Amino acid sequence: MRVPLSWLREYVDLPAGESGRDVAARLVRAGLEVETVEQIGADLKGPLVVGEVLSIEELPGFKKPIRHCYVNVGDANGTGEPQEIVCGATNFAVGDKVVVVLPGAVLPGPFPIAARQTYGHTSAGMICSARELGMGDDHNGIIVLESHHEPGTDAIELLELVDEVLDIAVTPDRGYCLSMRGVAREAAAAYGLPLADPALLDVPPANSYGYLVKVADPAGCDRFVARTVTGIEPNAQSPIWLQRRLQKSGIRPISLTVDITNYVMLEVGQPLHAYDRERVDGPILVRRAEEGETLTTLDGVERKLSAEDLLICDNSGPIGLAGVMGGASTEILDPAAGPGTTEVVIEAAHFDPVTIARSAKRHKLPSEASKRFERGVDPEAARAAAQRAVDLLVLIAGGTAEAGVTDIAAPHPLRTIAIAAELPDRVAGTEYGRETVTRRLQEIGCTVVGADVLEVTPPSWRPDLTDPYDLAEEVIRLEGYDNVPARMPTVPPGRGLTEAQRFHRRTGVALAGAGYVEVNNYPFVGQAALDALGFEPDDERRRTVTLVNPLNDEEPSLRTSLLPGLLGALRRNVGRGNTDLALFELGTVFLPRAEPKVAPRLPVDRRPTDEELAALDAALPDQPRRVAVALAGERLPSGWWGKGGAASWADAVEAARTVAAAANAELTVRQAQRAPWHPGRCAELAVGDRVVGYAGELHPRVIKALNLPERTSVMELDLDLLFADGGRRVSGPAVSSYPVATQDVALIVDAAVPAAEVEAALRQGAGELLESIRLFDVFTGEQAGEGKKSLAYSLRFRAADRTLTADEASAARESAVAAASARTGAVLRGA
Amino acid sequence: MSAPNKSYDPVEVEALKPEVVEQARDAAFAAFAEAGDLAQLKEAKVAHTGDRSPLSLANREIGALPPHAKAAAGKLIGQARGAVNQALARRQAELEAERDARVLVEEAVDVTLPYGRTPRGARHPLTTLAERIEDTFVAMGYEVAEGPEVEAEWLNFDALNLGPDHPARSMQDTFFVQAPDGSADSGVVLRTQTSPVQARTLLDREPPVYVVCPGRVYRTDELDATHTPVFRQVEGLAVDEGITFADLKGTIELLVSKLIGDGLELRWRPSYFPFTEPSAEIDLQCFVCRGESVGNPDKPCRTCSSEGWIELGGCGVVNPRVLVACGVDPNRYSGFAFGLGLERILMNRHNVADMRDMVEGDVRFTLPFGMEI
Repeated sequence: MRVPLSWLREYVDLPAGESGRDVAARLVRAGLEVETVEQIGADLKGPLVVGEVLSIEELPGFKKPIRHCYVNVGDANGTGEPQEIVCGATNFAVGDKVVVVLPGAVLPGPFPIAARQTYGHTSAGMICSARELGMGDDHNGIIVLESHHEPGTDAIELLELVDEVLDIAVTPDRGYCLSMRGVAREAAAAYGLPLADPALLDVPPANSYGYLVKVADPAGCDRFVARTVTGIEPNAQSPIWLQRRLQKSGIRPISLTVDITNYVMLEVGQPLHAYDRERVDGPILVRRAEEGETLTTLDGVERKLSAEDLLICDNSGPIGLAGVMGGASTEILDPAAGPGTTEVVIEAAHFDPVTIARSAKRHKLPSEASKRFERGVDPEAARAAAQRAVDLLVLIAGGTAEAGVTDIAAPHPLRTIAIAAELPDRVAGTEYGRETVTRRLQEIGCTVVGADVLEVTPPSWRPDLTDPYDLAEEVIRLEGYDNVPARMPTVPPGRGLTEAQRFHRRTGVALAGAGYVEVNNYPFVGQAALDALGFEPDDERRRTVTLVNPLNDEEPSLRTSLLPGLLGALRRNVGRGNTDLALFELGTVFLPRAEPKVAPRLPVDRRPTDEELAALDAALPDQPRRVAVALAGERLPSGWWGKGGAASWADAVEAARTVAAAANAELTVRQAQRAPWHPGRCAELAVGDRVVGYAGELHPRVIKALNLPERTSVMELDLDLLFADGGRRVSGPAVSSYPVATQDVALIVDAAVPAAEVEAALRQGAGELLESIRLFDVFTGEQAGEGKKSLAYSLRFRAADRTLTADEASAARESAVAAASARTGAVLRGA
Repeated sequence: MSAPNKSYDPVEVEALKPEVVEQARDAAFAAFAEAGDLAQLKEAKVAHTGDRSPLSLANREIGALPPHAKAAAGKLIGQARGAVNQALARRQAELEAERDARVLVEEAVDVTLPYGRTPRGARHPLTTLAERIEDTFVAMGYEVAEGPEVEAEWLNFDALNLGPDHPARSMQDTFFVQAPDGSADSGVVLRTQTSPVQARTLLDREPPVYVVCPGRVYRTDELDATHTPVFRQVEGLAVDEGITFADLKGTIELLVSKLIGDGLELRWRPSYFPFTEPSAEIDLQCFVCRGESVGNPDKPCRTCSSEGWIELGGCGVVNPRVLVACGVDPNRYSGFAFGLGLERILMNRHNVADMRDMVEGDVRFTLPFGMEI
C-alpha cells in the first residue's frame, strides 16, 4: 500500500513539521511495515509554470514533426514576453494550457534546463510531458491542462509534484490497512490524534427501486450494494488531484469512472466495480459458476470457470469474476475508442475471503480487489464506498444519482469476545491495568463493556480479531513493545548436547583438522548427474524424492547421495583456479520409501493421536545423515622442503577412518566394486557386518563425464549407521614400562590377498605380546615374483610384567608368521 | 721410578720438590690456556693429567718416601693435581661453549620460510555460527532439537496455525513433493522453516520445554546476493508456566549481547506470524553506522543500506492454537518462539557482501573462518 503523506494528512492532522520518515517510524512501532519512504520531486526545481500556447509553426524537413511555438508564461520569465520554445510533441493546439519549464529549472533525473539552439531556432525551455515531470511513465504526449488555469501559475504546486510516499507491506492480518482509512486510523492512534473517517458519509437508506440484484449464494456474498448514476459526461477527464493521488499510489489513471472506483477503493478499502448499465442485460445475479462455463475478463483473457468460482451474472451469463476481475462485455467504454459510457451501475459488495483467494490463485489473477477481499474488507463500508463513488461521479463527471439504492445484506451476528482484563498483562509480563486495556481497545474501534471480564465487540473492519489473544496483542502493540520489560525465564537444567550431536560436531572438527574444507550444497539433482555417476538403470540411488515445482526443471529431484553436489563444488573450485582440494560435506540424503504414501491432513483442534502422527512420519522419506569427502590435486603440497603427495584413493579411505575414530567405531575396509568408483580402487567401509559407506578413486569414465581432475577421489558414509555402532566407552590401556622388542618380517603373498587379512593373521598369531604392528613397505615386481607382492611389517612386542628375552620375541614373531602362512599363504621373503 | 725407600734415609726425590711440582702445575695451566679448541685441549689433557704426565709420575714417587714425609708430599701433589683438573674443566667448559655457539650459528635457518606442508581445513561459517548460537542456549539450559528437512505439510503449516488458505502456503514460497500419483497432493513439502521441529518437540514431550532448533530450510527464491532458496535458521521455543513476552525480550537481549556485543539498541517491531501472538520482528541497530547513515546521503552504510537497522528475525508469544494442536494445555502453559536467519547474521557479523559466497563452496571464502567463529 502506497500512502502519499499529503493525502494522509487529509484524515489526520499530523504536526506540520513531521516528515515522511518521522511518520514511518511511528507506524513501524505500531506494527506497519513501512518499507520505503519515497521522496517524490525531491530533485525538482522551478520555474515550472502554466503556459498558454500562442502560436505554432510546423517546421518541415525533419525526420519527425517539430513545432516552433510561442507560449505566454505570464510574468514567470521576468519579461512578460512570449517564450520561444521548440517542441517535438503534437498533441496540443493554439490556445491550450500547457506546463512549461523555463531555463534555470531542474527536472527529475536530474535534468537541468537551459536555453539552447535547436532546429534552427532558440528553445528557451520545454513544454512538458507527464513522464518528464516524474508523474508516471505512461503518457508520451505533453500535458494539456484545463483551460481555466492562469498562465504563469506555479505548476509544481498545481500538479502536486513534491510529496513523500510511504510504501507499506501489509501483513495478512491487517487487510484494513490496504486503505487510506486504515492507515490513517493507525496514524491517529500512534499520534493520539482524532481521525476524520472518510467512510462517515450520509447514505440514503436502501429502497425497493434500486438496480435489481439477486444473491443466490449468501455464503459467498453477504453484502451487495448497487447504485446507479446516469448522464455521465463520457469525455470528462479526471482532475489533476485525482490523477496525482492515483499515480502516487501506483495506479495508472484510465478514465474518469474507472479512476473514481479505484480512488474510492484506495480511500476506504472497498473494491468497487462499475458496469456500463447499457451493456448489462437485466438483473444482476450472484452465483457459483457451473463447470465448463467461461468468462472473458476485462484483460481480454477467456477463462474456464470452476464450480467454486463466484460469479456476477446478468441474463447473458457471467459478467464478472466476483471480487477478482470484471468481465469485458460490460466494461466501461474508453471514450477515445468510440462513444463513452454515460450510465453506470456501481457495485460495492462483500465476498467470502477464501472463495476469492482460491479464485485468484486458480486463475493466477491477483488483482487489487482480490488482494483486499482475501485479507478481509469492512462489510459495513460498502454503503459508504458506493455513496462516495456516486458523489464523485456527480461532482466531477456531471452525472445524476438515481434515487434507487440496492443493499442486500445477509444477517451478520455481532461478534463479541470475552477477555479477562488482565490477559494482556499475563501475555506481556507487565501491568497495563483495566483502564488502559479498555482505552486501547476502544481506540481501534472496539466496543468494550464489563470490568474483570471485558465483553469486546470488534469493529466491522477487523475480521482478524477473533479471540482474546488477538485483543491482547492489540493492547500490547499499541502500548509499545519497547515498553515491555526484559526478563529471563527460569530455565530448568538441561542435558546438553546429545551424544549424536556431539559426534556430528566432532566429525566436522576432525575433518577440518585433517585439512578438509566444509561446503554446503543444495540437495537438488537431476537425471544428468545420476547418469554421469554411472549408476546402472536399476541402481537404488536413481529412486528419488521429486519436487512438483523445482527451481530448475533439469534438477527436479532430491539427492540420494552427497556426491553430485560435492563434485559440483569441487569442479567450481577447480574452475576458479583452486587446484589442490580436499572438501567435505555433512548433510542428509533423501531416500524414498519402498511404497511412498500421502501424508494425511490432521485436525488442529486437538493433539493428533500417536497413530495419526505415525502416519505422517510414514509418508516422509528416509533422511539419513551422511558425510562425504572429495579430493583432487596435491594432498600434501610440494615445497622447498621436498616433494609432496598427490591426493589418492588412500586419502579418501583415510578420511573414513578419521570419521570412524570420531565415532569411536571400528572400521573394516574391504575391496569392493561400486559406481561411481574405479572398479579396482574402491573400498567398502563396514562396521561389523554392516556396510556404512564406500571410498576410493572415481571411475575414469565418471571423471571424464563430470570434467573432474584426474584421480579425483571420494568417500561417502552414513553417519547414523556409524554412530549406531560406535560410541563404545574406551577402557584405559595398562601402559607397560618394560622395554620394547622390535622384529621386522617381510612376507610374500599373492597380489590378490588383501593386506588387511595378512595383518589380521599376524595379529592373531603374534598373541598378546604384540603391542603394535606397522606395514612399512609394499612392493611388487621381479623381486617379489610374478603375481605376488611383498609386505614388510614392523612388529613391536612388549610384556606387561617383564623384559622380553630375545627368544620370547622371536617365538612370537614366528608364531605370527605361521598364522599368516596358514591363513593367507604368506611366505617369509628370502625363505 | 725409585725403589721403595725402606731405610729412614732422607732421600731427596727431585720430582717431589715443591718448585718442580709448581712448575709442572703451571706448565699444565699454560698448556690448557693455549689449547685453541677441544682437540688441542684433549692433547694437553693427556700430556698434563694422563698417566705419563709429570704430576702423575711424581705422585708415584710418594710411595718411596719415608712415612713421615709421605703426608706432606701427598698434600703437595694432591693440591697441584686438583688445581690442574679444575683448570682443565674450566677450559673445557669455555671451549665447549665456544664450539656450541659456533655450531648454533652455523645451524641457523630462515624461520620465516613458508611451510604449508600440512594443509589447513575449515568448517563452514554457517555451521559454526549455528553452533555458537546453540551453545549460548545450551548454557542457559536449553536443548538442541532436530527434525527432517522433507516434512509433513501438517507439521510445517497446519499445526502452526497456517490454515490451507493461508497466503504463506502458496505455491510461490513452498517446494512441494510429488505424490505417488504425480500430483502435488502428497501432504509433504520441503520445510519452509524449522518450526515443525518445535511442533514435533511439543508433541513429543511434556512442558517445560526449552529447545533450539537449527537446520536447513527451503523457499522457492532464486539465488542472488541476498537470497538463497536453501538457507539456515535457528529457532527457539520455550513453553512453561508463566512464560511472557518479557521473557522473550530478556532472552533475545542476552543472545544479542553474546553474539554481537553490548550497547546496541534493539527495535521490537509489531508484526504478524500465524504461530505467534503477539508477534514481533527484531531489528538490531546497525553496528557499523549506528544509525548515522539514515537520511544522510554523504555517509551511506552498506551494512544496513542506510536504514539504520538490521533485521535479526521474527518472534512472539506462541499462539495458543499451536499449543492446542500440539496437545499442550494453553490455560496452564504459555510460550515464546523466535527464529533467526543465519545467512543474514553472518553477512552482518562478518561483513559478507554476497550470499552466493556461502553457497558456492569456494575454499577461499571458507578457509579464513577456520574452526570456529
